[in-house]
This record gives sequence, structure tokens and C-alpha cells, in this order.
Amino acid sequence: MQKTGGQLVMLVAINCLLLVLGAAISGGSFLSLFNLQSMASQLPEIGLLAIGVMLAMCAGNGGIDLSGIALANLSGVLSAVIVSSFLSSTDSETAFSLAFIAGALAIGFLGGLTNGLLISKLNITPILCTLGTQMAFMGLAVVVSGGKAVMVGSPALLSSIGNDMFLEVPISFLIFVVVAGLIAAALKFTPYGLWLMLMGTNPKAALYAGFPKNGVLMATYAISGTLSGLAGAIIAARNVNVKFDYGSSYLLIAILIAVMAGVKPEGGYGRVICVVLSAVALQLMSSLLNFGGLSNFVRDFAWGLLLLTFLAVGRYDLTGFLFPGNRQPVSLAPRPHAPKRDN
Amino acid sequence: MSASRIEELQESTSETRSFSLGDLIRRRPETITLMLLVAICVIVTAINPGFLQPSTLIDIGRASVVMGLFALGVFIILAAGGIDVSFTAIAAFTMYSLTVLVLNHFPATPIVVILVAAILGGTLLGVINGLLVYHLKVPSLIVTIGTQYLFRGFLLSFIGTVWIMSLPPQMGAFGRMPLFQFESANGAVVTLPFYFLILPIAALVTWWILNRTLMGRAIFAVGGNANIASRLGYNLRTVQIFLFGYAGALAGLAGIIHVCANRQANPFDLVGTEINVIAAVVLGGARITGGTGTVLGTLLGVLLIVVINSVLVMVGIPSTWQRLVVGIFILLAAAFFVTRQRKK
Repeated sequence: MQKTGGQLVMLVAINCLLLVLGAAISGGSFLSLFNLQSMASQLPEIGLLAIGVMLAMCAGNGGIDLSGIALANLSGVLSAVIVSSFLSSTDSETAFSLAFIAGALAIGFLGGLTNGLLISKLNITPILCTLGTQMAFMGLAVVVSGGKAVMVGSPALLSSIGNDMFLEVPISFLIFVVVAGLIAAALKFTPYGLWLMLMGTNPKAALYAGFPKNGVLMATYAISGTLSGLAGAIIAARNVNVKFDYGSSYLLIAILIAVMAGVKPEGGYGRVICVVLSAVALQLMSSLLNFGGLSNFVRDFAWGLLLLTFLAVGRYDLTGFLFPGNRQPVSLAPRPHAPKRDN
Repeated sequence: MSASRIEELQESTSETRSFSLGDLIRRRPETITLMLLVAICVIVTAINPGFLQPSTLIDIGRASVVMGLFALGVFIILAAGGIDVSFTAIAAFTMYSLTVLVLNHFPATPIVVILVAAILGGTLLGVINGLLVYHLKVPSLIVTIGTQYLFRGFLLSFIGTVWIMSLPPQMGAFGRMPLFQFESANGAVVTLPFYFLILPIAALVTWWILNRTLMGRAIFAVGGNANIASRLGYNLRTVQIFLFGYAGALAGLAGIIHVCANRQANPFDLVGTEINVIAAVVLGGARITGGTGTVLGTLLGVLLIVVINSVLVMVGIPSTWQRLVVGIFILLAAAFFVTRQRKK
């Protein structure tokens, strides 16, 4: 795990570089308060999904969560349909907002738990399981909404989550930071975090050590699902409408963020702070491409190229090459050595 | 491996009937797919007798060509323990850039050359996949998600986004060329197009590679356990490059057939259908962790998905239910195959 610190340093360096580059290209307007705020308010949806992907990857054994964005959309759509059947978003604004958010979180949790149950109890491979649930969640959202956008409206509380600032920082961004902090703390200071990482490193040893394997798996996917639910609520807060096919490229971007953050696709290692930083870097890059007036397709192309580049960085340990001084482990968390891979 | 399986199968059929049925399902999971397919067809025919009209059946056959070609490629990668989601992007890339090339620069190219060029183009992109998967040593799902965006992004940003409605004449003619033709009861002419033949040919070639060549042995061995296979002397690099190259070739072919059949080239087509294809392969009994599966099962899985997609409307279920139904089918099939293995 020699690159624990290197990845962090590299991500910070990339972020600084992008900010400087942005300022240079735009003549300063890239760093204006308005632009920074708008970037920060776009970040939470994708950041939450990326943390979910990271958790699933850490669990090892081919763990991955492909159902994230589908579940986020389902949470938004289903919750909107259910809540607006007995509450009106214009008459009882606060009650509607609270019920909507609670509904979205509950649906996300249930969806994630379904993934966890299928994977841990039935032993279905995570790829296959989340592929199936991705389709089922999306299908359910289509059935519930009839394939059309569902109006959530902008009741006061919900719209302030989506659009307002607290001390000049978007509220949705604050929520994201708090949630990311909670998950980082859970990974670092609770037995769950230790179990998750050790299980990802060596599932067989974890089994013999008597880890509650099913419990850890279910918790992982349930957390990932709840994060999707939260992302769904934030999407609804920002966009007024929810639709089943919102953010079709988020699946790739969430995986890209996780890989860029140095999360190991084979399991056992990942840090929330790196995921947050890499989400920020991606948002900066995306805005930068927008400033350059490039089309969405160029952006897709760039994301694909970037994903492959970072896979190569992880494979050939280029971070260690670029920052040779940071090869010592910096993290305090106990971290076992990954099993050697034969090449 | 396949030889011993056939022996076991012959043994099992010689025993009592009730026992052999369970045994048959365990050894040939695609039996379930076949039973499901027959059951769906019977139910649909009972509700709506119009289903058994030759025109409907030929529509289903026509719709399964492109998906079947994709599925054969996915199946061979799945058999070796990998997964590919970039094949639709490869198909879109090949079909669109080739159509543009033929239209603007070489309008007189014969159709055979176009087909060969599509296969070569697909192979090239597939080999890129194979090299990346081998050298980056990360799950092929993540690599191919990356290349999917790479290929599609390149196509849409540098080659074009314009919908081509008027194809070069020889491509349109190939799409219309009939294998046989007859007049149905209500007077409409029903045609089974010539390109339908390509699917059985590709299936035979795939079957031959998997069951009659050393490469087929290598593919199943790598799917069973890549480490052991490489210690036994199989060259993982060659196997990976062959796999993805072959899948790319099938994808390129499928792409150009898609263009000829629809008589238009839309660069936004195809991408997004990959989950349906993977679902078809998995429903056909191939395990997603590799090492198992048959060509016949894959084709049955494709038929099952195509039939589900086309009959929902015929029995009065709104088309919005299509995704949910297919998703639930994937989960049921996955759960069923897992419990089946555990009993064994």
C-alpha cells in the first residue's frame, strides 16, 4: 500500500493545477464566487454515487455497484409519486419536503438492501446482480412514472437544499461533505470499516477469522443504496422534475471517480477523502471543458481516456514514480499487505 | 470437457425419466431457457393467436440477427471469465465510419468488401480492448466501460453526428436481398432476408472454435481459473487478444448488418442495448464468472429476450414494463443457476 499518501498528494496537485489552469484560461472568472458555487452544487449527486461505488469495490470478490444512478432515479420518481398522492407540494411545503426526502432515503435503503441480500444470501456475482437490479430499478421507475418526467415542484425546504447557500456554500455541498465525513469515520473507527477492508483483501481469511460476512456485505450495499437515495433527493431538489433516465453517463463517471481516487477494483483499499478530491477534480475538468466550449461528446471521449489513463497509473505505479518521497505509508489505519499478484 | 459432458448426458438419458430430467437441467442449464421459451410462446398463442403468424415469427428471426451476433461475442468473453460492454460502441463506430467512408470516397465498393472491412475494423477495436484488459490487469468490465466511452466519444466528436438516410445502393440492396419470400394470408409480402443466414454461420464458427480447437480449450480453461491455465502453459495474452478481437469482429459485422437492415446509419444507435445482450447470454446458461455455457444456450437466450420484447404488447402489457420484466428475469435466472450449483 505504498501509494496511500502519493494518491492524496497527486489529487491535491491535480486540483491545484486545474484551478490555476482554469484561472489562466478564463482570465480569473473561473475562480469567481459564482462559478465556484455552481460547481460545488453540481458535485454532490455524482460524489455520493461514487462513494457508493467505492464501498462496493472495497468489499472485494468482484464487488461493484452498477445500480447506483438507476436507484437514485427510482428513489426520486417513486417517492415523488407516493408522497404527492397524499400531500400537495404547494400547500404543505415543509411536510412534503420532509416526506419526500424520507421516502427517497427509505427507497434507496431498501433497494440497496435488496442488492445486499441477493449478493450475500444467494451468492449472485455482484456484477450480475447489480446489472439485473439496475434494469429492474429503471424498469420500475418507468412503470411508476409511465416513462414521463414526474413533477416534484419546488417546495421551500427542498428547493433551499437544492439552490440556497449557507455562508456562501451551497447547502447540498455541505450535506455531501457531512455524509462523506460520516462514512470516512465509519470506515476508520468502527469494526465495520476494518471488516470491509480485510474482507476485500482476502475473503477466505476473513471467513476463517469469523467475520460476519453476510452482515458486512448487506451493510455495504445498503449504505451504497441509501447514498443513491440521498443523491436522488438532491437531484429532485436541484431539477424540479425527476425522470427515470436522468444522468445516463453517471455510471461511468462514478466508476471513473473511484478509480481515479486509487480505489482498488479488486477490493480491500479505498479512502473517502481521495474519492471526494477526485470528484472535485472531475467537476473542475468538466467545467473547464465547458469553458472551452467543447461538446458533450468530447467530454465523453475525455472521460473514457481518463479512466484508462488512471487504470494505467494504478497498474504501473506512476504516482510513486512522480512523487518518490511519498512512498512511505502515511495512514494510521491498520492496513494489511495485499496478496502478491503474479504477473 | 465437452466430451465428458456429452458422455454424462448420454448416461443420464439412459436412466429413469424423472431422474434424468433434473439431471439434464443440471448439466444443460439451457434446457430451462428452452422450456421458458416454449412456455411463453404457448401462453402468448393462447392469449393472442396472431402470434403464430409467419410474419411475426420472421420478424422475431430478423430482430435476433444483430442481437445474436453481439451475444455470441459476449458469450465467448464470458466463457473466459471476462465481460464486455463496449461491443455496441464498436459496432456503432464501425458501421457509421464505414458508411461515411463508402458514401464519400469509395461509392463503388462491392458489398463483400464492405462486410470484410467491417469485420476487420471491429477486430482492430476489439484487439485494443484485449491489449488493455491484459496489460492493465483490472476487471474487464471497468476497462470496457472506459473504451465504450472512448470509442463512442471519438465517433460523435470527430467523425460525425449526422443521421445518414440515403445509404450507398449496394448496402441497401444487401439489406433487401431475400432468402425466401411468400405472400401471407392478408396479401402482404413476407420476406426472410438473406442476411439472416449470417447468424447461423457465425454460431457454427463460434461452436467450432469453442469445441474443436485448442483456442476453445484455452478459453474455457482461462474461464475456469486463469492462474492455473497460465501455469499449464496457455498464453493469457494471446487468449485475451483473440477473445476481444473475435468479439469485436462479430460486433463490427452486426453493426454493418444493422445499417443495411434499417436502411439508415444513425451514430446514436445501438449503444445502450448492451445490458439486454448480456442478459440474453446469462439467461442462456453461461455463468458470469466464466468456464461454462454453450452456443445453443446463448441463441436460446437471445430468442427469449427478443420474444419477451416483442410479445409484451401482443398480450396487452404496456411496453413500459419491458425493462422491469427483463431485469426480474435476469435476477431469477441468476438465483436459479446459483442454487442449482449449490445442490450439486
